[in-house]
Amino acid sequence: MPARRLLVMAAVLLVACAAYLSWGARGDWAFILSFRGTKLAALIVTGTAIAVSTKLFQTISGNRILTPSIMGFDALFVLLETTLLFALGGFGYTMLDPAIRFAVTLVLMTLAAILLFGTLMHGARRDLHRMILVGIIFGVLFRSLSSLLARMIDPNEYAVLQANLFASFNQIELDLLGISTVLIVVALFAAWRLRDTLDAMELGREIAINLGIDYDRHVLVVLGIIAVLVSVATALVGPVVFFGLLITSLAYQIMPGFRHRDHLIANGLLAGIVLVAGQTLMERVFHLHTPLSVIIEMLGGLAFLILILRGHTR
Amino acid sequence: MTLSAPLQTHFQNDGETLPPVLACRPTNAMPLIAAILLAVVLCILSIFTGVADINIAALFNDPQALWLLAVSRLPRTLAVVLTGGSLAICGLIMQMLARNKFVEPTTAGTGQGAALGIIVITIMAPQASLTVKMLAAIAAALCSTAIFLALIRRLPTDQPFLVPLVGLVFGGFVGAIATFIAYQLDLLQYQDVWMNGEFSGVMLGRYEMLWFAAALSFAAYFIADQFTIIGLGKDMALNLGLGYRQIMLLGMTIICVVTALSVVTVGMIPFVGLVVPNIASRMMGDNLRASLPWVAGLGAMMVLASDLIARLVRYPYEVPVSVVFGIFGSAFFLWLLFSRPAHAR
Repeated sequence: MPARRLLVMAAVLLVACAAYLSWGARGDWAFILSFRGTKLAALIVTGTAIAVSTKLFQTISGNRILTPSIMGFDALFVLLETTLLFALGGFGYTMLDPAIRFAVTLVLMTLAAILLFGTLMHGARRDLHRMILVGIIFGVLFRSLSSLLARMIDPNEYAVLQANLFASFNQIELDLLGISTVLIVVALFAAWRLRDTLDAMELGREIAINLGIDYDRHVLVVLGIIAVLVSVATALVGPVVFFGLLITSLAYQIMPGFRHRDHLIANGLLAGIVLVAGQTLMERVFHLHTPLSVIIEMLGGLAFLILILRGHTR
Repeated sequence: MTLSAPLQTHFQNDGETLPPVLACRPTNAMPLIAAILLAVVLCILSIFTGVADINIAALFNDPQALWLLAVSRLPRTLAVVLTGGSLAICGLIMQMLARNKFVEPTTAGTGQGAALGIIVITIMAPQASLTVKMLAAIAAALCSTAIFLALIRRLPTDQPFLVPLVGLVFGGFVGAIATFIAYQLDLLQYQDVWMNGEFSGVMLGRYEMLWFAAALSFAAYFIADQFTIIGLGKDMALNLGLGYRQIMLLGMTIICVVTALSVVTVGMIPFVGLVVPNIASRMMGDNLRASLPWVAGLGAMMVLASDLIARLVRYPYEVPVSVVFGIFGSAFFLWLLFSRPAHAR
């Protein structure tokens, strides 16, 4: 049963990709395929990263409503990058090898994630609403701080950062695509290897330990994977708050059971379908100026509201 | 309508059954004097802060300085005081209507509703006068607030954090609709102006609507007791003979008009209505008649202080006051969330 649904989703994704590549295409096919193909790859990679990181976060926090971005995770990334630029200055920032810069941010992100979200997650099992609220307000605080720092920076220097941080699904940072894809694939592979462990971890700390799992160590590992996925995705497409929630909620509706080997794949496929089909519709069919992310945020926000109001806060 | 006299004496005489929110504390003149002094100092600082150098001596012999004072500095200081005071009062009233300490107009959809209203009217009738645009903003803010209050009525009462959560997400949703429309029609810059409050554009002739907002929130003082009773819940309010629907509507109207006026004139300043009433409530309880003047004064002073920081932190340039207050306000909100036990309000 799950296998058939996964196959159907994969088929839909393929159709969406074909439509994205060929709709309204005129002229040299080699050029079109390489141009659109790169964007397509970027969409799928980032979408999968966001969706899978959300699913992992929900597994270790034991509920279906929290996501890394709702907890202020990508706002934290923006703040770290802004602080880095503020500390180094525009020249230092651009001179720094992107790979090293990325590595530094990644280490900082992982540390911050473990500190902040580790404590928050313990609270989440006891008092979920307070923890969501705390996460959202942390996000507001991070954003306000970045915004203050951004205004302290020389406008010319800030332009360097802006190009980096305010990318969107329409303007993906293609320079970073190669290294990002490698990082995301490694992180996804690590998550995939943990799929059975994750099944047990979803049951909660005590049960997981009873089942012979080194729970606390694995939480750190999973948080590390989430930090990598979120950092890379945010670097590529900028912050998107509700996309992950939208995808995981859809996946829970579509996929029966709780096994991570099904849900991880389903999340990846669904993210690809929503992004690729959405982008095709927005760009090619309706010719809307509005970035897809704005619409996704609107729908995702609505989904979040419905989830809360239905009392689906487990 | 006012609280009937027998009822008041009943509350005063019978200490045992006195509801905790109506308890009054003995007042002391010292804090009042200190507060007034601080307010005066802040106002003077605000008037004499700016790129052009003005000193007291210049005011008497330099007409240019006097003109600058009358056209720019004084209006700005007044605008800050009026906005801060009335937004804080709005927050307090909203907390009474929603019966929750963690809500306020700009984080629960009212401000976003007002912004959406202006965007829609700007598209539908670009030539409309400011009054018409204002009315559209108020109407949209009212709709948005009514939806929010209807949404939270269905929530379980033992989950106090659910209410602000729904408010934040609902506000974000309304804001996203505004962003969508603004994006489609290239109005994003305008939307930015309304979403990020700052006072740098305030000049004589461009802030006077704030006086109306201030007058309206001042009027709230005369029905403060009714708001206090609304805060006890619908059943209690009806039991005490309160026109529940009327007071609810009146409160919503005050909140929406004040919020819409301030969004249009200076833009949204988040967290004022949350931080100030919570400080006041911790200091002096929830009797609105006693705490409203303090809330207004404290709100004015805190926004004034933030505006000074916003002006000085990158002198001679300015940072929007909403950013400064956003940092301070969210930090304070976090402290509130952590400082309370899980099940207390």
